Amino acid sequence: MKYVTEFRDAHLVKGVIEEIKRTVTRSWVLMEICGGQTHSIVRHGLDQLLPTEIELVHGPGCPVCVTPLEQIDRAHAIASMPNVIFTSYGDMLRVPGSGMDLFSIRASGGDVRVVYSPLDAVRIAKENPTKQVVFFAIGFETTAPANVMAVIHAKMLGLQNFSILVSHVRVPPAIRIILGSSSNRVQGFLLAGHVCAVMGYHEYPALAEGFHVPMAITGFEPLDLANGILKIVRLLETGRTTEIDNSYSRAVTFEGNLPAQKIINQVFMECDRGWRGIGVIPASGWCLRPEYNNFNAEIRFDVTEIQPRESELCIAGQIMQGRKKPHDCIAFGKQCSPEHPLGATMVSSEGACAAYYKYDR
Amino acid sequence: MCLGVPGKIIEIYQKDNLTMGKIDFGSGVLREVCLAYVPEANVGDYTIIHVGFALNILSESEALETLALLTEIADLNDELGPG
Amino acid sequence: MSNPDINGAYCPVPLPHNDQIVLGHGSGGKMAADLISKIFLPAFDNPALRAGDDGAVLDVPGGQIAVSVDSHVVSPLFFPGSDIGHLAVCGTVNDVAMMGARPLYLTAGFILEEGLTLDTLIRIVSSMKAAANEAGVQIVCGDTKVVQRGKGDGLYITTTGLGIIPPGISISGTLAKPGDAVILSGPIGDHGISVLAARGELGFETDIQSDSAPLNHLVAAMMSVSPNIHVLRDPTRGGVATTLNEIAAQSQVGIILNESDIQVRPAVAAVCEMLGFDPLYIANEGKLLAIIAKEDASKVISIMKETKYGEEARIIGEVTTNPRNRVLLKTEIGSTRVVDVLMGEMLPRIC
Repeated sequence: MKYVTEFRDAHLVKGVIEEIKRTVTRSWVLMEICGGQTHSIVRHGLDQLLPTEIELVHGPGCPVCVTPLEQIDRAHAIASMPNVIFTSYGDMLRVPGSGMDLFSIRASGGDVRVVYSPLDAVRIAKENPTKQVVFFAIGFETTAPANVMAVIHAKMLGLQNFSILVSHVRVPPAIRIILGSSSNRVQGFLLAGHVCAVMGYHEYPALAEGFHVPMAITGFEPLDLANGILKIVRLLETGRTTEIDNSYSRAVTFEGNLPAQKIINQVFMECDRGWRGIGVIPASGWCLRPEYNNFNAEIRFDVTEIQPRESELCIAGQIMQGRKKPHDCIAFGKQCSPEHPLGATMVSSEGACAAYYKYDR
Repeated sequence: MCLGVPGKIIEIYQKDNLTMGKIDFGSGVLREVCLAYVPEANVGDYTIIHVGFALNILSESEALETLALLTEIADLNDELGPG
Repeated sequence: MSNPDINGAYCPVPLPHNDQIVLGHGSGGKMAADLISKIFLPAFDNPALRAGDDGAVLDVPGGQIAVSVDSHVVSPLFFPGSDIGHLAVCGTVNDVAMMGARPLYLTAGFILEEGLTLDTLIRIVSSMKAAANEAGVQIVCGDTKVVQRGKGDGLYITTTGLGIIPPGISISGTLAKPGDAVILSGPIGDHGISVLAARGELGFETDIQSDSAPLNHLVAAMMSVSPNIHVLRDPTRGGVATTLNEIAAQSQVGIILNESDIQVRPAVAAVCEMLGFDPLYIANEGKLLAIIAKEDASKVISIMKETKYGEEARIIGEVTTNPRNRVLLKTEIGSTRVVDVLMGEMLPRIC
């Protein structure tokens, strides 16, 4: 068992898709809320193979896309400062702020470095004691354990020159906002498998029961995605609209990863968080607890006077909530493209607009 | 938000007070990752790695069960012919 | 009149600087001449170089000349399977060969950073010699400049290549025709991943080697069995995806590929999974794409399989009329998706 090729088996995928076709009797709108799942669906062309009755909508599941503009501008302001080494996951380098992106800051002499893991950023801080090293800690719940460990480890090493700029978002409040909207069309949810690997799925039954929207915890390989879709369709077709199915049981348990949750709670606390294109969703984010203030880049650097400017043409918020599609946007493919993204959903290759632009024009 | 890849733990050790491990992603591709969140991990276990951290231990029995169920569906579909 | 005191006076004759490059090596004086006579000439030795003139005068058989230039700035200078010197020769030999030309002569311009060790330079020059010998080309003239420490990544090499196209042969990205077969000479992604691993920034270890190789003999073998090779191109930066998009645009055709026929070594695939890369966009330095008339496809594949660097050749797709200017991929699960050009640098992702 290698856990990869088995879940890409073309024969099995086709079999599950046929079963979905046999099961479905009317149209359904399903949403996934994970950039990784968007990427996988579009890369494998899975949505093409589904029966036309199934409409797959891409929710605000890409942390790169939903990072609020002020936070991006703060990141750029810090990266432009002298004596700073600004470290980030690769996805964030292309994201334009109100005026520039990290690439252009690097070209102008800023020390901007891509890291694969936050612990690499801590190592850079250790190796460069005379510089300020800042790590752009973005992500959903999946990335939180890694991001908080960077702080814990830096503290253990006694580093005085390391801080993180936090922009963490949580899935359940976003689902609540989407399903609670009067213009909501979503009838079933694919839940992000790795978010649930960390957090478990005990937060979701209340949402399923409250909104009568069944959910399936879903993985990322084509077979996992087909399986998750099949499970939700079965629940919808049989009227079991308050149930949750764990379709990624090899990686996810109900309680999730308890050691990770403990450390996240130790370092982070819930706070309100702005989602680019959507606005502030209460209690939807994580911020550093006051006892970790000296690792908080927002406090260490004076970046409070940030006035972000968002494009007026961009309808990213509506796209992320499933109310509009990329082709509905007047700027799609014209003023707005991956080379010149105007907003959240074109900015990263997982954003709905970028994914459509790349794979499906 | 979830580029997590399965990898096999081939070594476990302490480094700077953190439990770390060497992971084989297949075909000799190796990387050091942090195992702090999987204290129950053993050499030989498979885990999902996200940005250099192991998030869980993959369950072989659950994987096999999922595959068995889906194989049943696919086989049934073969028997029934095109829908 | 007393004698002036000459104790303490000295004559500042330059030190020999036996082990590293200094600015003086670039000034055209004795030190530069020493570099040529002691390092470049013994390695590349040929009549044109030995003549020692400002330019090389060359005998050129009748026909059209193909010429190409490429600069090489790769870091690190040495990586598994190859190095900047080997790359500089093979890259330019290949660009000339992709025009259907027989590469004959190369020029080499070096920009050396002050502080580069002579040992390193000698290693690189030997590597260039080995590549040139394998390709059967001569390096007939060159240039050396030295820049201050900190203003160059060790060294940069620019090579220009000249080759002769046999009469009647026309190979160009504009000539792909609907119905043509698309052939790829082997597995993709090796070079880009080996350099990434050698850089060490992303912390992974692997045995993957660069595939850097001269492909002119492979091209000659292919041309010996088929006069209907329409396009040849090596998928370097931007990978197979970008290269095929360029050809589709030049020829105003569509191309459809079969994912299951595109080979990726398991180790390359594993690194790509880990970092979120797509092998279709990763650089190759020892592979070629050929677009040829369908009826010649199987005999070209046969000869490739018997020729070094073509052993794993496969038909990976075909050229279509529509959709024009678009490359499509039929996935293993039976869907079709668009393969776009590479947008900017490839970066590891968390999503």
